[in-house]
Amino acid sequence: MLLKYLLEKEFKQIRRNPFLPRLIAAYPIFAMMVFPWVVDLEVRDINLCVIDNDRSAYSRRLVAQASASRYFHLSELAATYDEAMESIQRNQSDVILEINPGFERELMRGDCPDVMISANSVNGTRGGFAGNYLSQIIADFSADIARESPGSLIEITPQYRYNPHLDYKNYVIPALMVILLTIICGFLPALNIVGEKEKGTIEQINVTPVKKYLFILSKLIPYWIIGVFILTVCIGLAALTYGLIPAGNLLVIYLFAVLFVITCSGLGLVVSNYSSTMQQAMFVMFFFTIVMLLMSGALTPVKSMPQWAQTITWFNPLRYFVEAMRAVYLKGSGFWDLRTQCFVLLGIAGFFSLWAVWSYKKK
Amino acid sequence: MIVADNIHKNYREVEALKGVGFTVNAGEIFGLIGPDGAGKTTLFRILTTLITADSGRATIDGLDTVTDFEQIRKRIGYMPGKFALYQDLTVEENLKFYATVFNTTVEENYELVREIYGQLEPFANRRAGALSGGMKQKLALSCALIHRPAVLMLDEPTTGVDPVSRGEFQSMLERLKRQGITILISTPYMDEANRCDRIALIQNGKILTVDSPDKIIASYPDSLYAAKSDNNYRLLGRLNERPDVKRCYVSGEYLRVTFNTEAVPALDGVEIKPVQPTVEDCFIYLNSKRNNL
Repeated sequence: MLLKYLLEKEFKQIRRNPFLPRLIAAYPIFAMMVFPWVVDLEVRDINLCVIDNDRSAYSRRLVAQASASRYFHLSELAATYDEAMESIQRNQSDVILEINPGFERELMRGDCPDVMISANSVNGTRGGFAGNYLSQIIADFSADIARESPGSLIEITPQYRYNPHLDYKNYVIPALMVILLTIICGFLPALNIVGEKEKGTIEQINVTPVKKYLFILSKLIPYWIIGVFILTVCIGLAALTYGLIPAGNLLVIYLFAVLFVITCSGLGLVVSNYSSTMQQAMFVMFFFTIVMLLMSGALTPVKSMPQWAQTITWFNPLRYFVEAMRAVYLKGSGFWDLRTQCFVLLGIAGFFSLWAVWSYKKK
Repeated sequence: MIVADNIHKNYREVEALKGVGFTVNAGEIFGLIGPDGAGKTTLFRILTTLITADSGRATIDGLDTVTDFEQIRKRIGYMPGKFALYQDLTVEENLKFYATVFNTTVEENYELVREIYGQLEPFANRRAGALSGGMKQKLALSCALIHRPAVLMLDEPTTGVDPVSRGEFQSMLERLKRQGITILISTPYMDEANRCDRIALIQNGKILTVDSPDKIIASYPDSLYAAKSDNNYRLLGRLNERPDVKRCYVSGEYLRVTFNTEAVPALDGVEIKPVQPTVEDCFIYLNSKRNNL
C-alpha cells in the first residue's frame, strides 16, 4: 500500500523531469533506426584497380564479373603496376588485380594462370575483406570456366546458417537492445538515488517510518518497467523496419530481460551506495559499463579475445544476455538450450542484489 | 523528553562531539546555541536516528535512538537545515506524500498545521522548488508536523531567513508549544536564545552550560561595560594592553569590556557605560574560561 504511494511519487517525478521522458521515448528509436546502420562491420564499395595485361575475352570477363559484384567498384584501369600503386597512394583504389599476359592462353591449355591481388591494408579489416572477396570472385570465375569445359570440378556452395545473407544488422540489433537496457536500468536508478542524497531529500525520508527496502524498491521498479517497455518498443521497431523477428520464443527474451534488468539495477545500487555525488556515480557507472560492453561480445566476438579476457567475460552479465538474445533471435534457441546462461545470470543478479542490500545496511 | 548522555562522535580524525549531555523537559522549547561547526547538526542527526554515536546514549520519550529507532521515527518531526522536500512535487503533493508516509492523512491533523499551511494554500499547486525561502520553510514545518509528532526537531530553521519571518517563526513555535509539542531548536544566532525556555550553549563539541537564558545571564560574574571611541580598532588594542582590563572584545559598534578593579578607570575620548550582559557575552565568557583551564 505504502509502496503504491512511493511509486506514484517516483512516476510523478520522472514525468516532471524535463529530460527523462524524452530520453525514454527517443532512445529506443535512435538506437534502432540509426545505430544498426552506423555500427556496421560489412565492407562495401571497395575501389578496384585493374591491370589487364592480357586484354583477351576471358580477362575482360573476369574484370566484368569482379566489377559487377556489389562489393567492388571499378575505379581505374591502369597500364602498369606503378600506375596502379600511384592510384592506391592517392586513395582512389583499395585493391589491385593484375592479370598476366597469356592468361587466356593458359586457361585454354588447361593450366593454372596466375593473377595477382594487392590490397591496401592500412585498415586491416578492409584490406583483408577486399582480398578475400576478390579471391572468392576469382574462384567463382574459375569454377564457371571449369563447368563450361568437359570434366567439371567439385562445386562448392557455401551455406550460411542462421543469418543466410550475412547481414551484420541482424547480428548487431539484439546486442544494441542489451546496451540500451544496461544504460536505462543501470545508470538511471543509480543517478536517481545519488540525486536524492545530493539534494538531501533522502534525509527527510530516512527519519520517516518508511522501511529502507520499500524505498529502494520504489526506486527500482519504475526503471524495471521502463526497461521492459523500451525492450518491447525495440523488438517492435526491429520487426517493422528490418523484418527481424525472433526465431525463438519471445518469453525467453523477456525472462532474460527481467533477470538482466535486476542485475543492472543491482549494480547501479551498489555504485550509488558508495558514491555521494552524481558526478562520482556517473563516472563509476561509465567505467563499468564500458568495460562490460567491450568484454560482452556485443560488438566483437568473445571467441576472438585472448584466453585471459575470455575468462573475465565469465563474470560479465552482459555476455550472457547478449548470447541469449542472439541465440533466440537468430537460432531460435529455447529455454533449455540457454539454461546455463540463465542460471549464471540468475547467480550474478543475486550477487549484486545481496551486495546492494549489504552495502546499504552498512551505513 | 529528550535525554542525551555523554555522546561522542568522531568523523575520522575530527572529534565532532566530545561527551555531550543534556535533558530536554516535556513541553518546553529548548535551544541548542553555538557557532557553525560546534557540532549542532551532528547532534541532531544522532537524535533523529540518522547516524549512531560512537559512544554514549540518547533517548527520546524513553526510547533508545539506536535500538528503538523505528518507534522514535513515528514520534519525531525533523526539519533539516537544508530544504529537503521534493522540489519537483507541488506544495500539496509534498504535504500529502509525507502524511501518507506516516500512515495518516492531511485531514486528520489539519488543525495542527492550519495556521502555517493556511498561508501556503494559495500556492498549493506550485512546485516546492519555485517557492520563496520563507514559504519553503513553512512548507517544511508543515510536513514535519503533519503526523502530530511529540517532539519537533528544527536544525537551524532561521538561518538565511529575514528578521520579520524569523519573528513570525518564533511565534509559530510558541503556539505549537501550547499544543503540547516539545521543541528542540538549534541556531547560531545568540539573540534567539531569549525565545527559548532553556538553552544549551555548545562549542567545539562540548556543552558549555545548560540553563534558562535569564539564569545564564544572571550568572555572569563581572560588571560589563560598553566602550566606544572614534577609533574602536585602536581602542581595542589600547584596552587589551592595560593590566586592569580583564577582557575586551568587539560587539557591534561598541566594545565590551570587563575590568579587574571595581572602579572604572577614566579614559579620555572614550565613552564608557555599564550594560546588561547578553547570552553572547555569557558565551564568550564561558568559552574563554574553558579555554584557559
